[in-house]
Amino acid sequence: MSQNYSLEPQCPLPLASDDTIRLAHGGGGRLMQQLIHEIFLKAFSNSYLNALQDSAVLPAQDGRLAMTTDSYVVQPLFFPGGDIGSLAVHGTINDLAMMGASPRYLSAGFILEEGLPIATLKQVVSSMAKTAQDCGVHIVCGDTKVVDRGKGDQIFINTTGLGVIPSSVDIGPHRLTPGDRIIVSGDLGAHGMAVLSQREGLEFSGDLRSDSAPLHHVVTDLLQQDISIHCMRDLTRGGLASALNELATAVQRPMTIEEPRIPISEPVRGACEILGLDPLYVANEGRFAIFLPHEHVDEALSILHRHAVSQEATDIGEIGVTESTPPQALVTLQTQYGTHRILDLLSGEQLPRIC
Amino acid sequence: MKYVDEFRDPKAVEALSREIHHITHHPWTIMEVCGGQTHSIVRYGLDRLLPPEITLIHGPGCPVCVTPIELIDTACELAKLPDVILCSFGDMLRVPGTHEDLLKVKAQGGDVRIVYSPLDAVAIAQANPSHQIVIFAVGFETTAPAQAMAILQAQRMELHNFFVLVAHVLVPPAMEALLSSPENRIQGFLAAGHVCTIMGYDIYQPISKKFQVPIVVTGFEPVDILEGVKMVVHQLEEGRSVVENQYARSVRLAGNLDAQKVIDEVFEPSSRIWRGIGNIPKSGLQLRPAFAQFDALQHFHNRIHLTDSTTSPSSECQSGRILQGLMKPADCHAFGTRCTPDHPLGAPMVSSEGACAAYFQYRPSKVAQL
Repeated sequence: MSQNYSLEPQCPLPLASDDTIRLAHGGGGRLMQQLIHEIFLKAFSNSYLNALQDSAVLPAQDGRLAMTTDSYVVQPLFFPGGDIGSLAVHGTINDLAMMGASPRYLSAGFILEEGLPIATLKQVVSSMAKTAQDCGVHIVCGDTKVVDRGKGDQIFINTTGLGVIPSSVDIGPHRLTPGDRIIVSGDLGAHGMAVLSQREGLEFSGDLRSDSAPLHHVVTDLLQQDISIHCMRDLTRGGLASALNELATAVQRPMTIEEPRIPISEPVRGACEILGLDPLYVANEGRFAIFLPHEHVDEALSILHRHAVSQEATDIGEIGVTESTPPQALVTLQTQYGTHRILDLLSGEQLPRIC
Repeated sequence: MKYVDEFRDPKAVEALSREIHHITHHPWTIMEVCGGQTHSIVRYGLDRLLPPEITLIHGPGCPVCVTPIELIDTACELAKLPDVILCSFGDMLRVPGTHEDLLKVKAQGGDVRIVYSPLDAVAIAQANPSHQIVIFAVGFETTAPAQAMAILQAQRMELHNFFVLVAHVLVPPAMEALLSSPENRIQGFLAAGHVCTIMGYDIYQPISKKFQVPIVVTGFEPVDILEGVKMVVHQLEEGRSVVENQYARSVRLAGNLDAQKVIDEVFEPSSRIWRGIGNIPKSGLQLRPAFAQFDALQHFHNRIHLTDSTTSPSSECQSGRILQGLMKPADCHAFGTRCTPDHPLGAPMVSSEGACAAYFQYRPSKVAQL
């Protein structure tokens, strides 16, 4: 998968920013070399990448490694609060952070559609580079392919992340325990609604901005303060409802959350009302759920509230005790009227309603 | 959120629930007509805040659910034509036709696009002069004015590539048909608030009088619905049957006259088959002859071939009885087992406003005891 980034002595014309991606940019020849040097190396420069070997050679790490991969296909490429580049860094870093890992290295695979303006690619790559730098990770290897016009959608990005888990950390569904409280780190649904309204050209009053953000700093802080985190999940595709369902099913335990406590911003509530969507199923890119023992909740919340990404963190519910056989791994939502309903997995995507 | 929070206020809900308990002395069966109301009731568990004497039954007010299968098949066939862009509201896409739904046609290469307003389809027609744009015009009186506006706009812009597959239905004839059925159990109605915003509620006076049934025009939020129930119960307990308006913040007696004028300019009433119910006279809309050039059925009739348009829905599906309020979704043997949103046997399991989907989403049978 990795590219041979070997240097060849040559003096190519610089890439004009009004130029477009051609099939030859993925063809292994001079144009591809130009793309690598002028765009990717310039932006991502670090000693591991600059070596331009078939594989990046990384130093041995002190601890267990966490590895994850994710592909990013968002449209539009640029949306309020982020773009596909920042998303491709945040998304993968957050997957590492959810295991308590400290993110170190990323790979970056690009699938570009013929005809993509090079200026657009530059903008995305520069956003990716800045985001990686802000997050303290290196992009150490990469790959570029170009597909025929009409066979892609401008830019697809895949990032794989490597992180290191400190030896004292043990986080995962296996530690979920009846009585554990469930904290969400902030208001839900902003990313999905910002992207949807931008894509569909819907105008809502209020500021709909993606919540895309890195979560590893706040997670590290929680772990350093000895908060006994049992499990974490980032609330991406499918939102809070899907994440809770996946965990409830995995451990065969019921969960109950209280609807009035779930933070949802006014613009997101309004947009969801109009379109008939449930914000609990809408994607987030900078929000996560934390499962932890009751006695750690107050301290965890005070740490979370010190970080901008989790200022609105709220305790919303708990893991229940299974009394029935076979165990019922249902997620139940208690409404503001004291009635209950089931929060199930959706059949497919949420579709906007007629009236 | 202004205009929403005050109508979801837990204190107001509790007070209304108490009042309804206080005034209810006899068993009553009340139908909420609109799928949006059904959704609210099940989502918030409002039926569980009512005294056991009151039974809420869920009416046919889900436009997706009552659109006949032949029209869905037609939409699928149109979407398969290489020069056609089929525009539809989102929740129509998953409703099963005889062999497939629009999502499947899209996956196989059909150009199917979700629009949020019929006017979006006009813009698509303008931007794609080499394509034929068809909008699947589904909905009650609520969406008909925007649809009519789109047709008038296409006419003004002299667009020759804009067509409408009309599937509009009208609420009052359906209510009358339900009341006329020998199996009718309905003693009072919560009429659909948004339909009345357009059409007003004068039209319900003769129905209320003829069938001696209280009709209360009702909104969609928990406070609205409980208030509507309270007003209906009040009438029933006092032996009255008149039309009242709970949703006064949106509905006037005469409705929105401008909107009615636009509907009337473009459409005329026609008989219409309701999926699961049957043919109801004057319960649909069709284009007036002056607008025949926009009629997708006329324009494309030589190019589409429905294989077996008389296929009836799954014989196991009880959606007809559910849409008429004769049974509840959870009473159906297929509910939650052979019929789920992943494998729907009928439309009410698909649409977000369908009664079966609402029950499945919020109350799968395995936890009915909750």
